Amino acid sequence: MKVLVPVKRVIDYNVKARVKADQTGVDLANVKMSMNPFDEIAVEEAVRLKEGKEHHAAGTATEIVVVSIGVTQAQETLRTALAMGADRGVLIQSDADLEPLAVAKLLKAVVDEEKPDLVLMGKQSIDGDNNAVGQMLAALLDWPQATFAGKLVIGDGKATVTREVDGGLQTVAATLPAVVTVDLRLNTPRYASLPNIMKAKKKEIAVKAVADYGVDVADRLKVLKVTEPPKRSAGVKVADAAELVSKLKDAGVL
Amino acid sequence: MAVLVIADHDGAIVRDTTHKTVTAALALSSDVDVLVLGKGAQAVADAAAKITGVRKVLLAEGDAVAHGLAEAVEATVLPLAAGYDAILSPATTDGKNFAPRLAAKLDVAPISDIVEVVSADTFVRPIYAGNALETVQSADAKKVITVRPTAFAAAGEGGSASVESVAAGEAPKTAFVSEEMVKSDRPELGAAKIIVSGGRALGSADEFHAVMEPLADKLGAAIGASRAAVDAGYAPNDYQVGQTGKVVAPALYIAIGISGAIQHLAGMKDSKVIVAINKDADAPIFQVADYGLVADYKTAVPELMAALG
Ligand SMILES: Cc1cc2nc3c(=O)[nH]c(=O)nc-3n(C[C@H](O)[C@H](O)[C@H](O)COP(=O)(O)OP(=O)(O)OC[C@H]3O[C@@H](n4cnc5c(N)ncnc54)[C@H](O)[C@@H]3O)c2cc1C
Ligand SMILES: Nc1ncnc2c1ncn2[C@@H]1O[C@H](COP(=O)(O)O)[C@@H](O)[C@H]1O
Repeated sequence: MKVLVPVKRVIDYNVKARVKADQTGVDLANVKMSMNPFDEIAVEEAVRLKEGKEHHAAGTATEIVVVSIGVTQAQETLRTALAMGADRGVLIQSDADLEPLAVAKLLKAVVDEEKPDLVLMGKQSIDGDNNAVGQMLAALLDWPQATFAGKLVIGDGKATVTREVDGGLQTVAATLPAVVTVDLRLNTPRYASLPNIMKAKKKEIAVKAVADYGVDVADRLKVLKVTEPPKRSAGVKVADAAELVSKLKDAGVL
Repeated sequence: MAVLVIADHDGAIVRDTTHKTVTAALALSSDVDVLVLGKGAQAVADAAAKITGVRKVLLAEGDAVAHGLAEAVEATVLPLAAGYDAILSPATTDGKNFAPRLAAKLDVAPISDIVEVVSADTFVRPIYAGNALETVQSADAKKVITVRPTAFAAAGEGGSASVESVAAGEAPKTAFVSEEMVKSDRPELGAAKIIVSGGRALGSADEFHAVMEPLADKLGAAIGASRAAVDAGYAPNDYQVGQTGKVVAPALYIAIGISGAIQHLAGMKDSKVIVAINKDADAPIFQVADYGLVADYKTAVPELMAALG
């Protein structure tokens, strides 16, 4: 089974985003960037499907292709995925911050070319917080989708996915090929070892241009401004529980 | 212009996330219809018909739409889409699951998790874990939007719309297998006036239950948790509050043994009053807390129980 994993380069999850003074966006100059944390989980699961870790049979995945759409430096993100165990990478170079619809259309073109049996991807990018591309890719391909995966079992030509939903857990079986988006508790991603980082340097990354795919990536949304949310300021410290209760009563919330 | 709201319900009642989404829809147009999908959902449709401002309720009934599968929602909604300029759903896990799928089928850019309707084509949504607010104007003729329920007031219950049947679609390549829902007599996180939320400090599932449940019972509160507490198995996934879990905005949020990471704050910083109990005076949670108690929860929570009487 061939697995495609789209990975995005985003602001590191430990960094608090700052809005630019001119309200045109978020300041990313000199900010630490990393692989979107959910995408790390997707790469880890793909590698486990190949290695036969946990409940997966060894060789469930035979080839793992990682793809990123973004700036030249997104190659570092792809290298990280290769060091974790992916086999080869594709970078679709774009300096523009493409919208989910455009990203989904480009990924569809990659799927048409690569013909994977499974697309494993993050449920959400932590910069745009869209939670959209996986569902959109599935729609464009007319494939079934299983989002917010907390557990994945491959067998009988299906992906059986336990989804983290409001109210608890829901298990669905999607006929392959399918798109699965991953949630936080699917696994804990590994750190790449030094030898694997060295090995990853020799793995292939094909660099493509958006124009190579001939899809319409025009923006549909115009960002009028990006502003800072109202700030919450620290309140007071109370000495003990009794003072806390009396303050809460005064505030009318008890 | 007409707007379709896809209802959130539990098979018996319409959740107030639907009422809140109707409020957002009414800011776009006065012609708002509600679509209820489900099996045996007549009572839900009748209840939706009472929401103030609703023009008409469409009911799609059947086994195929019993479990909210995105593919079945797509197959049900696409034939109706021509009659609407916007399709709205609450940003619940269901809404997040099907809305982008619909948008792609309609070739429009989905607008996720809006917190404000500026005009019929312009919306505000949080990005970067709520550390920035983006105002976007859509160039698409049809809009597909998910609505953050905590940001809108619930529409009232003064309506008497008609209920019409529509065909339910199928999900040929996806099968529902099973579900495991958390059963609780407590209020739902999204609807609770008070939330008590526990973090990694609780140390074990037994301790989490022993500390959080009596306090929640005393306050009539819902229980939430940090990601660390959920990852460690102290609480079910459904309790997670944050950027990638539930967004809540109760009148009172009490964080116990939670440090206040960016991702956690994203889910609760719009609460009216925030209380933090943490033994580390430098914990970031204190930067957003209205009332901070620097203490070990092991002594502070029993004292709090006593002070509540
Ligand atoms: C992609 C991504 C998504 C995430 N999404 C979320 C999300 O949606 N929600 C979320 O919550 N997190 C999320 N996180 C995780 C987040 O970054 C933090 O790791 C998490 O919130 C920490 O949980 P915590 O505060 O319980 O634990 P910790 O950070 O370990 O804090 C424990 C706190 O308890 C205090 N403490 C310890 N003992 C006691 C005691 N006896 N009495 C009182 N206080 C005590 C400590 O001082 C400390 O402040 C996400 C992370 C990533 C990477
Ligand atoms: N520019 C991109 N390049 C590669 N994958 C992406 C890109 N943008 C989004 N994705 C994938 O889509 C998922 C969901 O992203 P989003 O819908 O933007 O929240 C991410 O976790 C990635 O797996």
